[in-house]
Amino acid sequence: MSAALVPLAPLLLVAATAGLLIVLDLLPPREGKGHLGVVALAGVVAALAGALTLWGREGRAFGGMLLLDNFAVFLDVVICYAAALVLLLSMDYLRRNGMESGEYYILVLLATLGMMLMAQAADLIVIFLALELMSLSLYVLAGLFRGRLTSAESSMKYFLLGAFATGFFVYGIALIYGATGTTALDRIAAASGGLQRDPLLLIGFGLLLVGFGFKISSVPFHMWVPDVYEGAPTSVTALIATGSKAAGFAALLRVLFSTFKVAQPDWALLLWVVAVLTMTLGNVIAIAQSNLKRMLAYSSIAHVGYMLVGVVAGGALGAGGVLFYLLMYTFTTVGAFGAILLLERGRQEAVELDDYAGLAARHPLLALTLALFLLSLVGMPPTAGFAGKFYVFGAAIRSGYIWLAVIAVLNSAVAAYYYLRVVVYMYMREAEGVPTRPAPSFAGRLALGVALWGVFQLGLMPAPVLDLAQAAVAPLLR
Amino acid sequence: MVPESYYTALSAILFTIGVVGVLVRRNPLVIFMSIELMLNAANLALVAFGHRAGAADAQVLVFFIMTVAAAEVAVGLAIIVTIFRLQRRLSVDELSIMRW
Amino acid sequence: MSTTVWLIPFFPLLGTLLNALFGRWIGRHAHWIAVPSNGLSFLASCAVFLSVGRGETFTGDLFPWIQAGAFKTAVTALVDPLSAVMLLVVTGVGFLIHVYSVGYMHGDPGYARFFTYLNLFVFSMVMLVLAGNFLVLYVFWEAVGLCSYLLIGFWYQRKAAADAGKKAFIVNRVGDFGFGLGVMYLWVALGTLDYSEVFAKVGTLSPETATVIALLLFAGACGKSAQLPLHTWLPDAMEGPTPVSALIHAATMVTAGIYLVARSHVLFERSGVALDVVAWVGGLTALFAATIGLAQTDIKRVLAYSTISQLGYMFAGVGVGAYAAAIFHLVTHAFFKALLFLGAGSVIHGLGGEQDLRKMGGLAPRMVTTTVTFFVGAAGLAGLPPLAGFFSKDEILASAYHAGRPWLWALLLLGAFLTAVYISRAFILAFRGAPRMSQEVARHIHESPRVMTAPLGILALLTAVAGVAIGIPSAHGTAFARFLSPVFPLAEEAGHAGLSALTLLVLSVIAAVAGVLLAWLIYDSRPVNAEAIGRPRNWLHALLLRKYYVDELYDFLFVRPLVRVAGFCARAFDLGFVDGIVNGVGRLVVGWAGAMRLVQTGYVMNYALATLLGAVVIVAFFLSR
Repeated sequence: MSAALVPLAPLLLVAATAGLLIVLDLLPPREGKGHLGVVALAGVVAALAGALTLWGREGRAFGGMLLLDNFAVFLDVVICYAAALVLLLSMDYLRRNGMESGEYYILVLLATLGMMLMAQAADLIVIFLALELMSLSLYVLAGLFRGRLTSAESSMKYFLLGAFATGFFVYGIALIYGATGTTALDRIAAASGGLQRDPLLLIGFGLLLVGFGFKISSVPFHMWVPDVYEGAPTSVTALIATGSKAAGFAALLRVLFSTFKVAQPDWALLLWVVAVLTMTLGNVIAIAQSNLKRMLAYSSIAHVGYMLVGVVAGGALGAGGVLFYLLMYTFTTVGAFGAILLLERGRQEAVELDDYAGLAARHPLLALTLALFLLSLVGMPPTAGFAGKFYVFGAAIRSGYIWLAVIAVLNSAVAAYYYLRVVVYMYMREAEGVPTRPAPSFAGRLALGVALWGVFQLGLMPAPVLDLAQAAVAPLLR
Repeated sequence: MVPESYYTALSAILFTIGVVGVLVRRNPLVIFMSIELMLNAANLALVAFGHRAGAADAQVLVFFIMTVAAAEVAVGLAIIVTIFRLQRRLSVDELSIMRW
Repeated sequence: MSTTVWLIPFFPLLGTLLNALFGRWIGRHAHWIAVPSNGLSFLASCAVFLSVGRGETFTGDLFPWIQAGAFKTAVTALVDPLSAVMLLVVTGVGFLIHVYSVGYMHGDPGYARFFTYLNLFVFSMVMLVLAGNFLVLYVFWEAVGLCSYLLIGFWYQRKAAADAGKKAFIVNRVGDFGFGLGVMYLWVALGTLDYSEVFAKVGTLSPETATVIALLLFAGACGKSAQLPLHTWLPDAMEGPTPVSALIHAATMVTAGIYLVARSHVLFERSGVALDVVAWVGGLTALFAATIGLAQTDIKRVLAYSTISQLGYMFAGVGVGAYAAAIFHLVTHAFFKALLFLGAGSVIHGLGGEQDLRKMGGLAPRMVTTTVTFFVGAAGLAGLPPLAGFFSKDEILASAYHAGRPWLWALLLLGAFLTAVYISRAFILAFRGAPRMSQEVARHIHESPRVMTAPLGILALLTAVAGVAIGIPSAHGTAFARFLSPVFPLAEEAGHAGLSALTLLVLSVIAAVAGVLLAWLIYDSRPVNAEAIGRPRNWLHALLLRKYYVDELYDFLFVRPLVRVAGFCARAFDLGFVDGIVNGVGRLVVGWAGAMRLVQTGYVMNYALATLLGAVVIVAFFLSR
């Protein structure tokens, strides 16, 4: 490989694997595409390893359109973890639902490629293209269960609203180009210093935030989240909840901290309000849900609110805290969705709260695993969730946002109610009717094991990873 | 020579028409066309700004956006067809099994 | 050396994990994991001890642990002669007791669980000793407390065992509360918790501050080492399996308090007052517990009070600045008290669970090994020369006298006399005289299996030779004190006024021998009336039998009022007021939730409208700035 391509190694690995899968999909056997999943997983794991070896290196490629720095590497790692865990979860899940197909793995890889491109993009055009690559793949994946109306509906809603938000995003790019004459992030930063009050630039920046807000699902751009999370296949939901969110935050953090640094007081104030609305709305509505996937959807909205607290706080502590939070959130959320995905009642996926009554008595290990993921979402020590919240809220206090931290802590207390309700159902209710049982899937259990390892690794020894996260945001804050 | 601001204004008008179209129409196909209108408004603005700056990069960007729009059309139509097969009707108001 | 140091806690941790995860399948083979893991840990300790003997020390971080602003703490290990000695005792005695447990716990349904806890304890105790700062020390201080709780209540089906576990935990909490405050105060006062930095900066503390911190730390030590007034949990802890009593409640965990005070002796010396408190609490406890030991009828309770008393000796030694002597007594005590407990366990095993001294007697011919080894242990405890206990106890007594504390010395000497009495009494009642057990039990008396008697033999050997080997006083202190001299500088051998060292030696021998003779006169020279032993003969005897009514006093002073207040709070305040507010808020939030979810109409139009409104608000916001 030529030296110029080294910074792109993780991207190229994923892209090459996707290409390989397209070829392999054409070859026999026509039924049973499980081996494609294994190849895809190998590609993602290789990309993960490749990204790790690139830590500490800096570089640019394609005329400065793509770049590699510690920030990109950290997010590549987060995204690859998400993709690898989702692939592990998918293998048996698809077979059980009779939807095993080659496209699924190809699309997951392409979505992953898009996410990683967003982390490495140094130009608004690349961010746009990466966003679209990711989104288009996810629209299709959401509608994978063609025979189910819920799946089709979620795909349709995701698509229409996503395309709508993209319209705003593209128009924002056009306006920013109009104001600064460039789409490269660093040149926009240089140009925008002088014309801060230019209305074209301000409107363009606002419209960019609409696009990002949609991807990270902050209020009021969150409306699609519950419907899509509920209707999409659970493995796809897990990918949307973790990978695409991480990618959205990657581009958002880069744009906010390195490109629009001059406007920091303004956007921090805006995001303060958005953060409060996002976490409160997510947590309050989650209380009223009885469908676990929908409940976790609202919970994921609330967690975006917590992460925005870190963005508002800013600096190495705040932005580094967000990266730490993303990593811990990836492990925890994939784990929680993974546990749901493994459970079925009769022929149906077990998504209703009642399906979980008395689970601990019959399947203690799986119930305990799910309970631990939920406790991590609550933020109980010694799980990763505690460390994540601790750093993000601590950063807010350090930056003087005392009230924001207070509201966030109150929100966490409210959130405990609906997470612990699931635990109560599992441990203190008697089961009725058809028993809920876990599907016999080794890969799925392996995924849960890895996620659980992550939850405790980050919970018990958070300091080393936090150091890495803070080193990762250093290039943005220069 | 038409001033550049006219193009900008036209693009803003097109964008607004697109947004309103998304909000008021019920047929997914028409909604989808409205979204395309929003993208094309952005294209128009880019071409105008690029002309002013005398640089080719904005024009290149327009091609990217058109390509992406084409890809969106492919995916969108596929989804619409799937829905139509399941429901035999085509209105986004029908798509509300999942709510609250 | 660094790798070897980390291996010491690694093996027991590995053993814990293996037995915890796979115990269900390993079952009665659990010792094949637990015993070797502890043995390997002991070997690693030996290696570390040898390198320390060559003059090396080690400080190192395993990983940075907590990082919150200016507060940074790593999991740090510190190996110096003091921790090397402690490591050797913990893993060595621990290993012997692990071996013993293979026989003692044979056939117990919780076999794997037992070894899981036991390994977890060894891990926690090793980490406690290795800790290089107060926070890590505190964490593992609590961890050994947890293990203690789990193991006391090991037979949780028995109410007495479960209650004893709870009592140990709660009484320890009282002391640990002080300990926690002490650690926090230390952080506030000095801005660091690292041993080396703390002890280097102690000079900057005012003596008053040092006193407060030292006394708070000592509160924790009092709880863990069962000193007055927090001693009540240890006798009850005898509800646990006997190997546990030997390992945790005699040889290792309860000595953590002595370790803490000795480790932070710089701090205590800075205060001065705190050292006096330590010395007097220790001396009083030594005498107090010894008197109770005189009247107890349960063989394990006799040993429990003896442990409290001996720990008092150690505190008295630390309090008068004889740190090396106190640690030496800690080591010898670990040997002979573990030996006594294991011997008692062997007796209990042979008698099918009988612990009452009144129903024993005449065991000597039937259990020869146990009798001989128990005798060695008893003689060691009584302080008969030339056994280890004689040298270590005498060292403390002499130090107390030479430190200008003749009253403390007298107290301790009286205690030594009583010690000889109660342990001789226990030995005589158990092994000599006529058998007093039922025919049924008598027929089944048997010597314990080899796996149990072998550890007895080794411990007896250690008790016999440790004193002569490393404890003979010379002009430059004992060999043991010289080994510890990097941590505790050797005292100047100044000319002492008053009685000479030799006189003191003779006096303590006389006290011990007199005690043995008295016990022989009362219990062995004529047949024992078993009925009379447990019945109060006069008010003094009743006082001792009821352990000075301390439990009753605490029950009256703390437990009952607390239960009453708690009951009131639960009913009136909690149910009425707090629950009212909480439920009110809860209902409010749930009500909102029900209303707010309706915003989510399911219609794409509405969602798009929300997006548009958001866009308008954001753009308007930026334009208005």
